[in-house]
Amino acid sequence: MAVKLVFLGRLADLAGAPEREVAGPLDWTGLVESFQGELGEWLAGERIKVAVNGTVLADKTSLTANEGDEVALLPPVSGG
Amino acid sequence: MKDVHLLTEPFNPGQLVGPFTNAHPGLGGVCTFVGEVRGGEGVEALELIHYERLTLPGMEALADEALERFDLMGVLIAHRVGEMHPGEPIVLVSAAARHRRAAIQAVDFAMDHLKSDAWFWKREKRGGEWHWIDPRPEDHADLARWDR
Repeated sequence: MAVKLVFLGRLADLAGAPEREVAGPLDWTGLVESFQGELGEWLAGERIKVAVNGTVLADKTSLTANEGDEVALLPPVSGG
Repeated sequence: MKDVHLLTEPFNPGQLVGPFTNAHPGLGGVCTFVGEVRGGEGVEALELIHYERLTLPGMEALADEALERFDLMGVLIAHRVGEMHPGEPIVLVSAAARHRRAAIQAVDFAMDHLKSDAWFWKREKRGGEWHWIDPRPEDHADLARWDR
């Protein structure tokens, strides 16, 4: 079991896949620092929200993900 | 009555609105908005992405909020995901109420939230290439009208 990262919208293009498994435990700083380039810049920015196991974090910097958790990285939304 | 659908295939709005309307005998009015993929502007296709764990629960919560906030008998929300072409419906909101204003306002409220405060990501294909669509400042201004 690992931590499953889910990339939504443009983040999936930048990551090259919609999902990726990484080793846990994982905090927000560790997650951001593990990505380079445009994806790293997006993750370090203000516009990304984060959900753990289907619950959106009020403060993404409080992230603590363990083995088996699903962490979704959510860029700005646009529907309708 | 709350009727919420996340649809992966093309849909006919009338086939949802008809039964929804019939389910509310005694209503004074039904307000319905249908959003479609706009033609022209070089858009060949539109794709909407969702996230299983958030999108449908978020739509359910939005419907609950509309029911709590406006004097409604029922609300219907349907939203497409997947690839669509110009002329195809993307979104449908319908509200039934005893009096018109509640129905009209509830649809306006739900649409503003679906545009920029629901878990969807949208991209357009133009000239054979996909482009992600960011929310526009107007979308956020529309949403802010409902702050309280």
